Amino acid sequence: MTATQNSIAAAIAANRFGLGARPGELALAAKDPESWLAKQIKGSPPVLGGDGLRPTSEILKQALELRRDLVEARREKKEGGDPTKSLAAAALKLPAVYRPVYLDEVYARFSHAVATDRPFLERITQFWTNHFAVSIDKIAVLGIAGAMEREAIRPNVTGSFTRLLMAVEKHPAMLLYLDNQTSIGPNSRAARLLARRARSSGRKVDINENLAREILELHTLGVDGGYTQADVTTFAQAISGWSIGGEDQGRRFARLGLDSGKAGEFFFREVFHEPGAKRLLGKSYGDDGVKQGEAILGDLAQRPETARHISTKLARHFIADAPPKESVERLTHAWLESRGNLARVYEALIESPEAWREPLAKFKTPVDYIHSSYRALAIPLREKRRALQPFEALGQRNLMPGSPAGWPDTSADWDGSSALLKRIAWADAVAQRMGDQRNARELAPEILGATLSESTAKAIARAESGTQAMTMLMASPEFMRR
Amino acid sequence: MKPVSRRGFLEASLFAGASGVIASRLAFANAPTDSRFVFVLLRGALDGLSAVPAVGDPDYAALRGQIALAKSGSDAALPLDGTFALHPALTFLHSSYAAKELAVLHAVASPYRERSHFDGQNVLENGGVVPHGMATGWINRAISSLPAASASGVALGANVPLAMRGPAEVASWSPTRIAALDDDTLARITDLYAADPLLSRRLAEALESDAIANDAQAAANAEVDADMAEDSGANVVERDANQRRNAGRRYTETARAAVGFLKREDGPRVAMFDTSGWDTHANEGGAQGQLAVRLRGLDAALAALKESLGPTWRKTVVLVATEFGRTAAINGTRGTDHGTGAAAFLLGGAVAGGRVLADWPGLARAALYEGRDVRPTRDLRSVMKGVLRDHLGVSPSALESKVFPESAAARATDGLIRS
Repeated sequence: MTATQNSIAAAIAANRFGLGARPGELALAAKDPESWLAKQIKGSPPVLGGDGLRPTSEILKQALELRRDLVEARREKKEGGDPTKSLAAAALKLPAVYRPVYLDEVYARFSHAVATDRPFLERITQFWTNHFAVSIDKIAVLGIAGAMEREAIRPNVTGSFTRLLMAVEKHPAMLLYLDNQTSIGPNSRAARLLARRARSSGRKVDINENLAREILELHTLGVDGGYTQADVTTFAQAISGWSIGGEDQGRRFARLGLDSGKAGEFFFREVFHEPGAKRLLGKSYGDDGVKQGEAILGDLAQRPETARHISTKLARHFIADAPPKESVERLTHAWLESRGNLARVYEALIESPEAWREPLAKFKTPVDYIHSSYRALAIPLREKRRALQPFEALGQRNLMPGSPAGWPDTSADWDGSSALLKRIAWADAVAQRMGDQRNARELAPEILGATLSESTAKAIARAESGTQAMTMLMASPEFMRR
Repeated sequence: MKPVSRRGFLEASLFAGASGVIASRLAFANAPTDSRFVFVLLRGALDGLSAVPAVGDPDYAALRGQIALAKSGSDAALPLDGTFALHPALTFLHSSYAAKELAVLHAVASPYRERSHFDGQNVLENGGVVPHGMATGWINRAISSLPAASASGVALGANVPLAMRGPAEVASWSPTRIAALDDDTLARITDLYAADPLLSRRLAEALESDAIANDAQAAANAEVDADMAEDSGANVVERDANQRRNAGRRYTETARAAVGFLKREDGPRVAMFDTSGWDTHANEGGAQGQLAVRLRGLDAALAALKESLGPTWRKTVVLVATEFGRTAAINGTRGTDHGTGAAAFLLGGAVAGGRVLADWPGLARAALYEGRDVRPTRDLRSVMKGVLRDHLGVSPSALESKVFPESAAARATDGLIRS
């Protein structure tokens, strides 16, 4: 490799695979860009530090405790009532508990993204968080969406996909986001117990198919993965009872003599579970309680449709909006051969020649843009609330993609004229703040390397002030892309 | 460069300077039509049987259980005809129906028959028959097929949604506080983008939209900016709590912003905005509750659209549609799951309204699509084709070949527009 090629590869490694170069990073990467990336996925993923980060169970327990008196009062008032009410009703009062937790969580992940020296690993983590999207516009997950990333995703991003999938689908945030915690099989014990009451109230006891559908469509096989509506319904029955522990929900069934699990943790609520063997995608699964759903998930993780679906998304994220076929093949092959060993899949990504051909193939999302700006300029983070303003101003609030499909991942989704103007306006505001402390002329080659164009270098050199030079750097076509 | 005002900068660049990069991207001088069309997309699958309950259908109440709307009483649905009513939150739509400015559509669907939101929206927006079959949208292709190709569109939002993407110039607009950006810096960035076709086009569109918005919308902008400042300040998280309530207010702001563009004689003829939050799997509510709050917000936004358009309302058609309907029966968590046949609205001074257009299949179990959803009996493309042909003047041949390929079976619906 010539020096220039190497320098383009370094820019690709730091800016496309990573989160945007920090000063000095290109020099590190330039020695051997591929191994600079490969090293980052070796060893255990870092544990996110930060004030006030607590386990999901603790956060949920606190929420439940705060609500107990009120729920109790209601229950006494209305003899009988409704087993699915508790968490949903609690959600109304949850924001007070959840808001500060959310702030702590997103501040911690923002700080980490800005400071990490394993930016490739962090981009991978963000990829998975977006793949398994929960969105905090549903208040029920506002306080635990960040914890889901820390507990279910981070520890598993370089291991087996099966483990990652299992950890995510059992996490209370996912169960709550896609409504599975109160999904009740029509022939379950709970359904029989509630049958008479249900008839008189006009209320039906049945499954909710939301989580099952999105696992098939979004998390594993993909929408063209060959499943039917019947598969969705059957799968939903198989995971009915996948719920969250806590006496709040369990008390109602005390007369069945069952415990209600540990508060705020995954709990298989057998009384909700639809009994019987199930047949899904041509395979039978015995009447095996929680293991039935686990067996199905395990099989889904190993299906070739899953490998291809996620390989395509990875290639789109790391290589180009229209992912090259050869890359998708290579990733799918690595996935299947390693039975979903994710580190092996990332290695195949690094080894894809297509990934190194086109610099600046991706238009940055607002989050990419903000992270790379903070890294390039070493912008000091403001206090928690103000630090998060740019994400809202540029249209991509932390952990709030608004749908289980996550944020979209192509240029056309982010390059609207109004979005561009907001980005320039923000860049200018940052430049006003930082322009006299950083030298754009020196910084430009340090972070853009061989991708720095002559016209941008000229625009920076000719700017009338340090501030304007910084605006030119941040607004430049090459800094808008990765 | 001597300092000039934003407007001055634009004019200077349009006619003379700033390297000539900014051409008039949103020039509307010879717009071939004076009609206005607004598309409102409800993402997430609106529950048609709550928005337009079939209260007269013998199976309705039993299927809907706790979320069924009542025929009479204080929270009763607002009657339309013997079978259908409107959700009690839709008071403006109800008065529009009485004024014959609203046609209610039911049991409609795009050609898509699966139940993925994302693919469903993709088909509804691309105007084809399969997800991801086309990379452009039906509205854009309709605009670009108009004679002289000088009509244009505006998407109210930071980015352009698929339905509006394509060969015709479509700007996106949402409030930005760019007061601090000086014209010299903007001119330099314009120069910097000269060799980058995407960014130079986007920047030109942005500046022009911004000028239009500033012109026509100064007052409204101040209001929106104040809200934004408030929102993005210390309240960034507090807003979550008020999100649902505020969603309605934001729709109204968006509708008013759309009017700023549509009212101009030389402005775009077509506008689109989308809303989300309609995916009511759990605790959907009946006359009150989650969905009711959203519907109230939508109703208020549509009312604001009419009010701000003033006399232009006469020339306006608004289509409100969603990717698919929801299950006919309530589920186990007092909500509804993804379905098929949906409800939609055609609203505006130019609409031949005051009627429900539904070849109603009924809600008896045997009548339901796959035993669970409202059976679709009308292709939404028929409605879209009728509107584009009779309202915007898109030629039938363009409709068949360009705008909605493979739609021969979905013949344009006649008589949707007041003659």
